[in-house]
Amino acid sequence: MSESKKTPTLLKVDKLKVHFELKRESWFSDKPVVHAVDGVSFKINLGQTLGLVGESGCGKTTTGRAILGLVKSTEGTISFEGEKLGLVSPKKMLQLRRRMQIIFQDPYSALNPRQTAGDIVLDPLLVHNIGNSKERQERVDELFSLVGLQKNQQLLYPHQFSGGQRQRICIARALALKPDFIVCDEPVSALDVAIQAQILNLLCKLQEELNLTFLFISHDLAVIQHVCDEIAVMYLGVIVEKASRSELFENPRHPYTRALLSAVLSGSPEIKVDRIRLEGDIPNPINKPTGCRFRTRCSFAKEICGELEPVLEEKSSGHWEACHFQTTNNQ
Amino acid sequence: MDDSLEIKEDAVLQVMNLSVDFDVKGNNVSILSKVNFGLGLGETLGIVGESGCGKSMTALALLRMVPSPPGKISEGEVLLNNVDLMTLSKKEIKNIRGKELSMIFQEPMTSLNPVFTVGNQLVETILEHKDLSRVDALKEAIELLRLVQIPAPEQRIKEYPHQLSGGMRQRIMIAMALVCQPKVLIADEPTTALDVTVQAQIFDLLKEIQAKTKMSIILITHDFGAISEMADRVIVMYAGYKVEEGTLDEIRNSPLHPYTQGLLRSMLVIKPDSSGFKKPLPEIPGSVPDLLNRQPGCPFGPRCSQATIKCRSMPPNFNLGFKRSVKCWLADNGRVE
Amino acid sequence: MTQPNTPNSDQIFSSEEITSEPDVKWQDTFHLFCANRAALLGLTFVCLFILVGIFGPIVIPADPFEMVAMPLMSPNGQTLFGSDYLGRDVFVGIIHGARPTMIIAVTATLVTVLIGITIGAIAGYYGGMVDNVLMRITEFFQVLPPLVFAMVIVAVFSSHIVVVILAIAITTWPTEARLTRAEFLKIKENEYVTASRAIGDRNFRIITKIILPNAMPPLMIAITLRVGITVIYEAALSFLGLTDPDVITWGKMIGQSRDFFFEAWWTVTFPGVAILLVVLCIALIGDGLNDAFNPKLRGR
Repeated sequence: MSESKKTPTLLKVDKLKVHFELKRESWFSDKPVVHAVDGVSFKINLGQTLGLVGESGCGKTTTGRAILGLVKSTEGTISFEGEKLGLVSPKKMLQLRRRMQIIFQDPYSALNPRQTAGDIVLDPLLVHNIGNSKERQERVDELFSLVGLQKNQQLLYPHQFSGGQRQRICIARALALKPDFIVCDEPVSALDVAIQAQILNLLCKLQEELNLTFLFISHDLAVIQHVCDEIAVMYLGVIVEKASRSELFENPRHPYTRALLSAVLSGSPEIKVDRIRLEGDIPNPINKPTGCRFRTRCSFAKEICGELEPVLEEKSSGHWEACHFQTTNNQ
Repeated sequence: MDDSLEIKEDAVLQVMNLSVDFDVKGNNVSILSKVNFGLGLGETLGIVGESGCGKSMTALALLRMVPSPPGKISEGEVLLNNVDLMTLSKKEIKNIRGKELSMIFQEPMTSLNPVFTVGNQLVETILEHKDLSRVDALKEAIELLRLVQIPAPEQRIKEYPHQLSGGMRQRIMIAMALVCQPKVLIADEPTTALDVTVQAQIFDLLKEIQAKTKMSIILITHDFGAISEMADRVIVMYAGYKVEEGTLDEIRNSPLHPYTQGLLRSMLVIKPDSSGFKKPLPEIPGSVPDLLNRQPGCPFGPRCSQATIKCRSMPPNFNLGFKRSVKCWLADNGRVE
Repeated sequence: MTQPNTPNSDQIFSSEEITSEPDVKWQDTFHLFCANRAALLGLTFVCLFILVGIFGPIVIPADPFEMVAMPLMSPNGQTLFGSDYLGRDVFVGIIHGARPTMIIAVTATLVTVLIGITIGAIAGYYGGMVDNVLMRITEFFQVLPPLVFAMVIVAVFSSHIVVVILAIAITTWPTEARLTRAEFLKIKENEYVTASRAIGDRNFRIITKIILPNAMPPLMIAITLRVGITVIYEAALSFLGLTDPDVITWGKMIGQSRDFFFEAWWTVTFPGVAILLVVLCIALIGDGLNDAFNPKLRGR
């Protein structure tokens, strides 16, 4: 955990913004703009896992997709191994693409129902023209055993697999091109509890064996705590708190993080520390509140919160928070 | 020792041997097999299990809403105030639905009609069950929205479902379910589609309403966290069977069935000291059995680490005390530990 | 390793391998289709017509344009379905008309579908400006009354069979384009499409290999029904005399004999029944496909 300083930075995201334009409501009105991601910066070291946690609509999924170039980023830079994406030659870009993959939340919609499991895993190899057909088949066999599927299941179609097995196919597909970096977009949220454990164990095992770097997106703090070295909490398109795993869970600072933590329906009754119940819902990202985005639901909000947007600053060593106040007792 | 259950006097709802079969391409597939349970006044019963374990089917069967064909309730009694719902006529059961037994679903958007305002739908529901004028019904609708803690109900009542957030929609659904002050509210994964902070709000709300109205709740979920938050007693289901029943503490602290144990072990909880980082989680190997090709014996057998030769035959429900039972041979003849 | 099976449970319960038979979705569909009697009846009849189209002129080599009998003879032993106003054999006409009718219907359908799917797929996949432009073009073609437009094309250029085929195709493709676009808009939201983009798949391959196969079920139904509609369009054009003079089709037979309907019903009725049967049977197949692809909707 303290080794994090030794390993080199693999991915660096700097002031990333993703804005979507919606259809205008009438001919004369401006196009409404959704500020899905509004200036997000972080870096991930090689072999580490950064957790992005937040509720729906906070921009965590969009951040992940913008890094992979699956949605267009409006502003900001993304560097992979020091090379700025978008500024490299298309050929180099294609190579970089191969090294960044994604695993989706819903293993039902993530697999083409008209391709067999084997073909799905084979596809990346075909697209990038890797090896001859025999080598490719060997690689597919290898991937199937890597994710714990049987060789004879290659001929089956996705609907013949259970949710957990489908997620294994997705993981095999993501690993086919030997990537270094994988965006895990809620990889276990759609699965049953017993299966979640299987998939999390698999991901941890693969990370260790293949020295993978993960951006782990989830709304589930327990999952995040189990797999992430560092955690960033997002709210309405910005990071409101960022800290190492132990720091975040032991000394949460931001009122939103604390509300999230206390909202988790914990199976064990021991932890019910100062429960904060949030009122209302997440505001609409089209008309986000002025100043601090969280102020509409925050019990600590004062006048200044409506006027000035707090910046993410390092409040203690390695612990970043975007809030005007010190709302906790700890230092 | 056996499946026959004693009837408790305080039980609002008593379910006996409830079984549901589906006809899949001419084969009879048993989705729900002889499920028994009772529900006390003001009690919250949690039904927990993985997808496909029959927990939602139980809810539908209680209301006699099993999609038919292919499904049918092949056996069982559901006693509500000592009236067997299974023997009622279609008209009578329709009267019971919403009046005595209400249900809320996972996705509130699909349960609300998008072309009518929230108020319109609430008023219609009220008028259907109560002999009121439209004006009075509207007043009552606003009262109901206030009960489910919707801010500015006079405004909200004019809005359409799509203008509301997920949490608000679920509140509306709860309001609709509460129109007739039902004795039993069946909540089928009521918060699965909602964000964590909103989930907590909804559970607080349900608890508050329950305290006020003494309503009994059946909470169906896959999330043990939700169960620990809400339930007094818990039923664990697996492959259409009730495999374990007990109070929340019994299930949480001393689960007997290997499946319950596995389920609890593999569940992730936030630890205050964030220990166990990236350590392999105990997992239940394999996946739920294919209901089309049921193997004889204990349904959990193929995934069970403690299976013995005895498990080739179906274990009965061993009663271990008041409303405490487990369907596993391990509970036989003092092998319980 | 990830699925550790305790040796204990393995010995007791036969370790479950893949239990479900490898049923492919298409096979399911096929079985459902075969279980539908009306659709099978339709298919049988259409096959029969195709056989007539292929082998009919070989078995009955008579020239359909030859005047073999007295004009307007009622059906009798010599001319099975009677003769028309020039004394040509109606039966021979129907047999020889089957082939051109089928060829025009099938080719025009293929061209229609090709234009429609291409435009619909591009519009649906790329969206934005491309979609806007292509959809405006589609709408332009859609507001023109197809039959009148086809008539104009045939009248202006020539009544050669190729022109007829193109005229039908050019006027009717918007339906397919819209359907394809709708399917593409829906399917491209699936994460497996995003996954394909993430592995660096080219757009052309995503459109043809990933999305199109998934859009096929509704398109297959539309294409089937389109064949029937094309038969009617061809008949309508021929009825108005806008047809290749060297080719005999059922529509043309009706068109040429329409003035004699009251004196000689057989000259119009038999080709009419032939068209009706073909279109009806194709519709039955389309319905059968629809049920087979969407088994849940059946009986509604």
